[in-house]
Amino acid sequence: MSRYLMPLLAGLILASPLALADEPKRGGEITIIYRDDFDSMDPAIGYSFQSWTPIKAVFDGLVDYKPGTTEIEPDLAESYEISPDGKTYTFKLRQGVKFHNGRELKAADIKYSIERTCNPKTQSPGASYYTGIIGCQDIIDGKATEASGITTPDDYTVVFQLTEPNATMLHLFALNFAFAVPKEVAEEYGEDFTHHGVGTGAYKMVEYTPGQRVVLERNPHTDKDGRPYIDKITLQFGVEPVTGVLRIEKGEADTLGEIFPPAKYLEVSQNPAVKGRFLTVGQLNTNYMSMNFNIKPFDDLRVRRAVNMAVNKQRLVQVLNNRGTVTGQILPPAMAGFNPKFQGYPYDPEKAKGLLKEAGLGDGFTTELYFQNVDPWPRMAQVIQQDLAAIGIKVELRGLEMASLFGTAGKPDGAPMALTEWYADFPDPSNFYTAILGCGAAVEGGFNWSFYCNEDIDARAKAADALADPARAQERIDDWSKIMIDIIEQDAAWVPLFNSNRFSLRSAKLKGDETIFTDIISQPFNFEAAWVE
Amino acid sequence: MPTYIARRLVQALLILLGVSIITFVLLYFLPADPARMVAGRTASKAQVELVRMQLGLDLPVWEQYGRYLWNLLQGDLGRSYLQRTEVTTLIGARLPASLLLMLGAITCELLIGVTLGAMAGLRRGSAADQTLMVAALVFVSTPQFVTALTLLYIFAYWLGWFPIGGYGQFTHLVLPSITLGLLGGGWYARVTRSSVIEVLRQDFIRTARAKGLDRWRIVSVHILPNAALPVIAMIGIDVGYFMSSIVIVESVFGWPGIGQLTWQAIQQIDIPIIMGVTLVSACAYVLGNLLADLVSPLIDPRIKLR
Repeated sequence: MSRYLMPLLAGLILASPLALADEPKRGGEITIIYRDDFDSMDPAIGYSFQSWTPIKAVFDGLVDYKPGTTEIEPDLAESYEISPDGKTYTFKLRQGVKFHNGRELKAADIKYSIERTCNPKTQSPGASYYTGIIGCQDIIDGKATEASGITTPDDYTVVFQLTEPNATMLHLFALNFAFAVPKEVAEEYGEDFTHHGVGTGAYKMVEYTPGQRVVLERNPHTDKDGRPYIDKITLQFGVEPVTGVLRIEKGEADTLGEIFPPAKYLEVSQNPAVKGRFLTVGQLNTNYMSMNFNIKPFDDLRVRRAVNMAVNKQRLVQVLNNRGTVTGQILPPAMAGFNPKFQGYPYDPEKAKGLLKEAGLGDGFTTELYFQNVDPWPRMAQVIQQDLAAIGIKVELRGLEMASLFGTAGKPDGAPMALTEWYADFPDPSNFYTAILGCGAAVEGGFNWSFYCNEDIDARAKAADALADPARAQERIDDWSKIMIDIIEQDAAWVPLFNSNRFSLRSAKLKGDETIFTDIISQPFNFEAAWVE
Repeated sequence: MPTYIARRLVQALLILLGVSIITFVLLYFLPADPARMVAGRTASKAQVELVRMQLGLDLPVWEQYGRYLWNLLQGDLGRSYLQRTEVTTLIGARLPASLLLMLGAITCELLIGVTLGAMAGLRRGSAADQTLMVAALVFVSTPQFVTALTLLYIFAYWLGWFPIGGYGQFTHLVLPSITLGLLGGGWYARVTRSSVIEVLRQDFIRTARAKGLDRWRIVSVHILPNAALPVIAMIGIDVGYFMSSIVIVESVFGWPGIGQLTWQAIQQIDIPIIMGVTLVSACAYVLGNLLADLVSPLIDPRIKLR
């Protein structure tokens, strides 16, 4: 009897603190590992998945996403109202919100912060998102210093007038470029604001040492139903992700802020010791190959379709240790508007050869494929090179460093084919169109590397984005879904390849609901929502 | 001597000027567009052009270079395009780490390389010599990544003797220094060995032996100092190398040196940073070589600096 009783008792004794440990609690500190320095902690400047989550911790916007979801909720705003014509947004601010320097946030700060993003002196990479607010374009053009479309009837009300209805406007207010900064601090430090960031967020930035670390401390004045929990978060720069994984396994660090190192994937995914702490996460990402409509023979639909049918995506993903999910469409599964029924072009080299013959290219042709010269792009390029060789297309590989790739593929006659990926800035299908498939982006220096411009599609896209009425949200998503499928089915503007997954590994002490670590908005996780044991 | 140093410094300035012109022009002709990188992926063409103008990238290359040089003479290396931070701040923050690692690495290289090289040279042709030389070859040819990760895995992860990378304490310095010591020590061993063999042939060694001096004294007083000259020249070169080119070792050990900054900047064509680190590295090469040349006559009085 006692033989069985003892382990049972031991189990009970062990189990009770574990049960308690699953309750969120305040305190503790964690370290997050990054390979490189951030671009910036200034919300008007930071434009990388690495900097976005820390910026979100230090600064707040009018609205935010509920942790672990893509659902928008008021943040600095207490409530908001959209006019029936979709052109006026009125936000009521919460009272008593304070910047880390102790000053209360007022409506004027919201106005200033967005005007600062529009101001060409700031050189914000997000300025173009706000040109729909009346007056922002005038600031960009140097005709005004203030936006006439942003008004503050009182200290706790801010009103935005838009040039036209924009269904994605709330997402834009949730982006860091619209986060509130105190004018006096932003102007005191100018371009060095990144090292002296002061916001209203759940965390204060107490240290920024370039090349080494950023240290965040819990803001004692923030209390969102008990959140945030963790007292101190150190963002450690300059550590190779492989080393980072070793440190996490040893408990010397808590998670990676970078892309998980491919070299460690197989080992870690099969390690029973990290079970439950190593998660595969979908993200708003699609990897694809562009085919430049300006360069022969890619002006021929049959050739673009042939290339689509010649690439064995399944094998491509296998070469990458299954770190992605094969796709035949533009939108990733995590995005509203994704059509699970649409398979895209099947892998069919014979049919592809037939299409080439129809196009008068039965003997094949020679072309070039551009890509970034860091893993895994060269491996992907080689697989595609072999696949296309099988239907008679001879591909010369051109690996370049990132900036030169952008420069070359962004030229109208630059790259016949290019490998790249797109991460959406916000969870709306429109963000997968305008900058990479829209006519406006089919210009030199743009990111529409196929130089695809279908005016009919462009008009449908504009119409969908003008459907700002929340009651018609589903109709709008359905429109987008059809647009995205037509781009592939009718025009074969890309070869969609796969949606790459993110991998989240965390230390044993870092706790939280699983949805916190599989969040598609905040990578590696929403700093406000997790806790330590 | 002072005239010699002055002349070398003037030469150094000319070298730096040359390096800066070549780097600047090469960067100018890359297909990348820094203005687009700054303006962001959704910016309109007009916005990109505005940024180009603000950064002065619309000017002819010679005018751009002229402006750069003018600011440089006033100690202004400009601001990083992407981090928007002063390049001097970025380099300054990393300089101490780079210097410290340089010191640690050169010490290890000398300890490992000179010891092994001397042992091999003194027993030329023996089994020990051959083993050591094969070992040196292996160390030299192993990729940095492999050596660094192996040491990290064994001594930090598995045995737990050292922290798994990082910066700030002496224990953090040990493994990266040994890694670089092993990688570079192989070269030092080969150079020391041939140098020792060369010295062993000299008449004064025979004389010393004939006098009946003990073996240790011959090695320490007569052989090593005479064999040291090529090694000192190598240190001079290493000083420059360690100031910018040890990206992988820095990255594996999380060491915040200049190499990492260089790598990041090249990926993003952050021209002000690339120019800054190139100049710092060129300075280090020039100064390292100058120091090596100044030290040589102290060891071998036959060398005269003119």
